Amino acid sequence: MSDLQEFREEVRAWLDANCPASLRWGAAVGNEALGDGLYWGGKKERSAATDAKLWLDRMAARGWTAPTWPKAYGGGGLSKEEAKILAEEMRRLRCKPALVGFGLTMIGPLLLQYGNEQQKSRFLPEIVRGEVRWCQGYSEPEAGSDLAGLRARAVRDGDFYVVNGQKVWTSYADKSDWMFMLVRTDPDKPKHEGISFMLIDMDQPGVTVKPIKLISGQSPFCETFLEDARVSAEHVVGGINNGWTMAKALLGHERSMISEAFNESEDKNELVSAARRYVGVESGGRVADAALRDRIAQLTMDKLCLELTLKRTKEAAKLGHQPGPEASIFKYYATELNKDRSALLVGILGPQGLGWEGEGFDEDELAHTRAWLRARGNSIEGGTSEIQLNIIAKRVLGLPD
Amino acid sequence: MGLVLSEDQQMLKKAAADFVKKQSPISRVRALRDSDDSVGFSRDLWKKMAELGWPAIMIPEEAGGLGMGCLEMACVMEECGRSLVPEPLLSTAVLGAAAVVLGGTQAHKADLLPRVADGSLLMSLAYQEREGRYDLAHCRTRAEKKGSSYVLSGEKTLVLDGHVAEVIVVVARSAGEHGDRDGISLFVVERGAAGVEVARQKTMHLRQVAILRMNGVEVSSAAMLGTEGNGLALLEDVIDRATAGLCAEMLGNMTATFEMTLDYLKTRKQYGVPIGSFQALKHRAAKMFVELELARSSVMGACTALDHGAPEARALVSVAKARCSDAGAMIGYEGLQMHGGIGMTDEHDVGFFLKRLRGSEMTFGDAAYHRNRFAALQGF
Repeated sequence: MSDLQEFREEVRAWLDANCPASLRWGAAVGNEALGDGLYWGGKKERSAATDAKLWLDRMAARGWTAPTWPKAYGGGGLSKEEAKILAEEMRRLRCKPALVGFGLTMIGPLLLQYGNEQQKSRFLPEIVRGEVRWCQGYSEPEAGSDLAGLRARAVRDGDFYVVNGQKVWTSYADKSDWMFMLVRTDPDKPKHEGISFMLIDMDQPGVTVKPIKLISGQSPFCETFLEDARVSAEHVVGGINNGWTMAKALLGHERSMISEAFNESEDKNELVSAARRYVGVESGGRVADAALRDRIAQLTMDKLCLELTLKRTKEAAKLGHQPGPEASIFKYYATELNKDRSALLVGILGPQGLGWEGEGFDEDELAHTRAWLRARGNSIEGGTSEIQLNIIAKRVLGLPD
Repeated sequence: MGLVLSEDQQMLKKAAADFVKKQSPISRVRALRDSDDSVGFSRDLWKKMAELGWPAIMIPEEAGGLGMGCLEMACVMEECGRSLVPEPLLSTAVLGAAAVVLGGTQAHKADLLPRVADGSLLMSLAYQEREGRYDLAHCRTRAEKKGSSYVLSGEKTLVLDGHVAEVIVVVARSAGEHGDRDGISLFVVERGAAGVEVARQKTMHLRQVAILRMNGVEVSSAAMLGTEGNGLALLEDVIDRATAGLCAEMLGNMTATFEMTLDYLKTRKQYGVPIGSFQALKHRAAKMFVELELARSSVMGACTALDHGAPEARALVSVAKARCSDAGAMIGYEGLQMHGGIGMTDEHDVGFFLKRLRGSEMTFGDAAYHRNRFAALQGF
C-alpha cells in the first residue's frame, strides 16, 4: 500500500470516529446554503461548547482546519496531495468544515506569503484554533470601486500608529475580534503608493461598529468608525506604504471566492421545481407558461455554460497550463447570472413572492424574496461588474486607457 | 471530460490554422462570389484538404478513415470558420459521412466511406423543405413502395453543396403525414439518377446550396439507410453531429469578427484618441469576449459528450447551438456597429461574417428552437 493510500485510510477512520453526527451535511441545522451551523470562531462565537466546538477543537488539534499551513504555525503541514485526500474524505463522509472565515481564507494566506516571523507566530496559530475572528476593512464611503482613493489616515506616534477614518461594507465587523485594513500613511505620494496594510484589534475605545441593514432586511455588513484607534507598529504587513500590493493579492482572491460560492451553493432544479409548483404543467410535464419556460431554459443553459467554462479552467490547470483569459470572466458572469436567476425565481412565485415576514408565506418564499434583493449586491461587492469589464478590457483585450 | 484539447488535437488545429491562413484568405471567398463561380470552391484545394485527412476525420479506420470524433472535426471547422472556407466539409465530411456511418449497411460503408475519406466523392443531406422551419419531422417528400424499390417525389431546399454532391442522402416519407415522427426513411440517391433535378439557390449567407427536385426517382430498397419508417432518430443523430460542427465553425466566425473589431478599436482614432479608449466601447468589447469564452466552452462540452456517447449529449448540443446562435448575433452585430460606416460597406469583411453567422443561426434550429428542445429533454 502506498503512503498516500495509508494516509487516506487513517484520515477516513479518524474523521469517522471524530466528526459528530450533527456536523455532517444533511443533519438539519437551518439553511445549509446560508452557512447555518458552520463555526466562524472568535471570542463572540455563540455556539461555544456545542458539537461544533468539539469538532473544531479536534480538527484544530491536528492542524486540519488549515491543512496545508506549516506545523510551526499550528497548521496541518500536509502536502497538496494529502490535503486533497483530506478534502475528498471529508466530502465522502459529509463532514462540514470545522471552521470557516476570513482568517483561514484571506489574512492567513496573506501572512504566510508576506508576514514577518513575529506576525506569523503571533496570529496564525489562533486562527487555526478558531480563537480569533477576522474582518476586512477596505471600502470607505468615498472609496468604493476606486479603492485606492481611501482616506482613513494613520499617523505614527512612537511605537504605534493612530488611525482616524471610516470603513464601510465591513462584513461581520460586529462579530469580529481583529480587522485587516488599508490606511493612508503618506498623503503626499501618488494614491497607490501612500497606502499601508495594518492589523487592528477591534476591542478598544477608538473602534465603533454599526451594522448596516440592506434592502433585503438583513446583512453581514457594518460601518466601522476609527477615532484615534491605535495600531502597534509591529502590525504593519508587507512594509509601510506597500499596502496596495497586499490589497491586490487579496482582492483577486476575494473575486474568485465570490464566483465559486455561487456555483456551489445553488440547487440545480430550483427554477423548474418552482415553476411546476406555481405555474403548473401541461401534458408531458411541460411548464404551462411558454414564455416563462423559455426564460428558465435560457438561464439553465447559461449556468451550464458557466460551469463548463469553470471545468475547462480547472482541467487546464490540472494539465499545468497557466490560467487562460477565460478565468477573468467568472466574477462578472457568475454574479450577473445569479441576479437574473434569483429575480426569475421570485417572478415564478408571482404574488407569493411579495412576502416580507409573518403569515401567508412559507419559509422558502420568504427566503427567495430576501435572496433576490441580496443578490443585487453581488455585482457591486468585491469589484463591481463595471470594474470587472474594465479589467477584461485592459488586461485581456489590451484596449488603451 | 475533455474540455481542453490534447496535444494531438492542438497540433491538428494548428496545422489547420496554418493551412487556412496560407491557402484560403477571406479574399478568396469574395472573389468566388464576385465571379459567380459555378462550383463556388476550389477542387484543387479540396484535394489538398483530403491529403491532410480532413474529410476522413469522422470515418472509422476500417472504412479508410482516421477514426476520430466531433472534437477533432471541430478543431478543423473552427479554423475554416475564421476564413469562411467554402470547401464542402460540412456537407460531405459531416452530414454525408455521419449518415452513412450511423445508418449505412456494410455495403453502403464499403462503397461510400473510402471515397468520402479520400476526397473523391462529394455528399450531402437533403432534409429541409420550404415549410416546417426547423421541424425535422416535417416531410412531404414521398417514398412510394414499388416492388423491391421506392419511388421518390418531392422537393428539398437548401441542400448544402447540392449542386456538386454526387451522392445525396434524401429524407422522404414512406408512411404517415408531414409532422408525424413515424414513417420517415432515408435514401441514398445518385444525383445523376433519372428524375433528379438540381438548381442552385442564391442565399445571403455565402453558402453553396441547391434545390433538389425529384420526379419519380426510382431507387432500390438497398438504398435505404436504417429501417423503413424509423429514419427520424437517425436523422436527429446526424443533425446533432452536424450542429456541433456548425457551432465550431461559428466559433471561428465569431473569433475572426472579434479580432478584427478589437484591432479596429485599437487603431481607429476619433477626437484624437483610439476609439477603444472609450469606456462605452470597452465594456461592450469585454462582453463580446465573455460571450466568446462561454460559447467556446459550450462547443467543447457538446463535442466531447457526443464523442463519449454521453446521455446528455443531445441536451449539450442544444446548449451549444443556442449559445452560439445568440453569441454569434451579438458579436456579429456589435462588430459591425463598432466598425461604423466602413462596416456597412460590401468592401469590408465584417459584413461577410455577420451574414454567415445569421445564416448559421438559422440552420439546424435557432436559439429559441434549441431552448425548447433543451427544456423538453430536461423534462420541463
